Amino acid sequence: MFEATEINIRNRRIESLVRILFILMTGLLILPVIMILAILTYKGGSMVSMNFLFTKPTDGMTSGGIFPALIGTVWLVGVALLFSVPLGVSAAVYLSEYAKDNWLTRIINLAIINLAGVPSIVYALFGLGAFVLFFKFGTSILAASLTLGIMTLPVVIVSTKESLQAVPQSFREACWNMGATKWQTIWKVVLPNSLSGILTGIILEVSRTAGETAPIMFTGAAFFLPHLPESVFDQTMAMSLHLFVISTQVPGVPEDLPYGVAFVLIAMVLIMNSLSIAFRVYLRGKKKW
Amino acid sequence: MAWFVDKFVQVVVFIAGISAIIFIIGIFVFITKEGIGFVLKSNYTLNEPLFNLLEDKGMPDDLLDALSPMDGKPFHTSKELIKAVETTIGAEQARPYEQLILKNSHHQPFVLKTFFTSPKWTPTSEIKPVYGTLALMAGTASVTGFAMLVAIPFSLGAAIYIGEFATGRKREFLKILIELLAAIPSVVWGFIGLSILNPLIIKIFHVPIGLNILNAGLILGLMSAPIMTTIAEDALKAVPDRYREAAEAMGASRWQVIFKVVMPAGKNGLVAAVLLGVGRGFGETMAVLMATGHSINMPTSIFDSVRAMTATIAAELGETAVGSDHYQALFTLGIFLFLITFLINLTADLVLRGVRKE
Repeated sequence: MFEATEINIRNRRIESLVRILFILMTGLLILPVIMILAILTYKGGSMVSMNFLFTKPTDGMTSGGIFPALIGTVWLVGVALLFSVPLGVSAAVYLSEYAKDNWLTRIINLAIINLAGVPSIVYALFGLGAFVLFFKFGTSILAASLTLGIMTLPVVIVSTKESLQAVPQSFREACWNMGATKWQTIWKVVLPNSLSGILTGIILEVSRTAGETAPIMFTGAAFFLPHLPESVFDQTMAMSLHLFVISTQVPGVPEDLPYGVAFVLIAMVLIMNSLSIAFRVYLRGKKKW
Repeated sequence: MAWFVDKFVQVVVFIAGISAIIFIIGIFVFITKEGIGFVLKSNYTLNEPLFNLLEDKGMPDDLLDALSPMDGKPFHTSKELIKAVETTIGAEQARPYEQLILKNSHHQPFVLKTFFTSPKWTPTSEIKPVYGTLALMAGTASVTGFAMLVAIPFSLGAAIYIGEFATGRKREFLKILIELLAAIPSVVWGFIGLSILNPLIIKIFHVPIGLNILNAGLILGLMSAPIMTTIAEDALKAVPDRYREAAEAMGASRWQVIFKVVMPAGKNGLVAAVLLGVGRGFGETMAVLMATGHSINMPTSIFDSVRAMTATIAAELGETAVGSDHYQALFTLGIFLFLITFLINLTADLVLRGVRKE
């Protein structure tokens, strides 16, 4: 009685064909990347040793390790976080808890989208014009980190806003009913309940910041510095710029060396990202409301 | 007391809230401040060719030597320049040469028409620097265009598969994979283009140089695919299930549902996804700098090396003196980039807002 008609069969056949086509397209998007990662791991992984990680480059950067660049990236990311996390979280608190649905909020949201979309090299120009020259920080970690901080601000704002909004309204109402002020409610109830979500966003920001190259090129990162930075007014080497320099600017670099640097950089970034994702999945499973 | 704290916090978070607006305005103001001088500039300077003319006219060597520190120093009006010349070598001695100086000292580095229509970008030329961005624009456009040819079908396909076919764990896994893809830093992409794709292209297509539109386009396509996939998938997810159910109840097959119902319904979101992908490709710097070959060319085939606007700034800014014509020209290029990406993002936002209103 319910036998498939010819049209049914034809439709089913087309459907499975379409399905295969889409699987293929998805696969073709992901496969090259997996292959590339495999090549990077294969060629770069063997370079990595304690010696590589903890010594400085020697012989005009054609041998030796990456220690100053590694430490430099930690400095840059650290200072950028000091600036952008408090600012970004406060901005998200405003947008989630205080802002009304009006034209100002719309403009703020538009500005955030635009901050995320401005080309990284324009940030470099901005950092140079504003922090290096106008505020006279010179080419320094401070100037570079402020530039990076502003650039990655949208990441913090958006993820924090999402986790603040995920806290149920009833939590806030319960708190207000006890006579708490708006700020007490935010500080004692909303923020603690969304802390883990905020952390996820911060980890994501760390990974973004660590990989950026263009914005630090003219604001604080140096091609080669044998010593480590001592304050935020020093210049520093950075992993991302180091990869650019040894793969394009320095002659006579052995083929394996940039692979090693690329591997360490991408491992840093992907570990951070995986951490953030794992954290998120874990939280989703644990959520009680 | 609690009330005061409450008010104080409200003010603080409000300031943080509007900081995004302040920064956007700040970016525009500071790059304009550094670059606008170039657009408005009309200089009166002594330069190399003029010195040669003066020498031909018979100016004694000691006077030439006395004037040489003024080489390249810009003055806003011809009067200021003549006055400076007179104070340096004395009014009496300067008089015979003033006409010549007046006639040949005027320079206008920025010419609107040249900036947009000349393919010549020779900012370091000693005799006459030309600031034409046509070839750079063609470079950016060709690479971004090729990247979109690659990225649009594949990321829409992936979005449809993830959103409409894949379920449960497989779907989660694919989404995470796409997210990780988006995390790879652009300098690493550039390195991949330089050291993996470059020899591959040379080998497969038998071309002398593998750093070209093809290389950078593929890299850029893979780079902008994740953001396009994510947003397109969101757009498909926003189409209510009852649309699908209604179509299926009418006897439509799965692919008919997707092409005739879901995609038209999610059209705006898909357009926004493409726009944001274009914006991403357009503004990309390091990968394009490393994979295009970075040579100024009006491209005729995908095997031509080109140079992008973003890459030009990255490569040249380090060598310029603050405030020089070249330095300001690069900032002018930056203003141009900023305005275009601003427009792209604004359009994408308006298109997406249309989705939410529905």
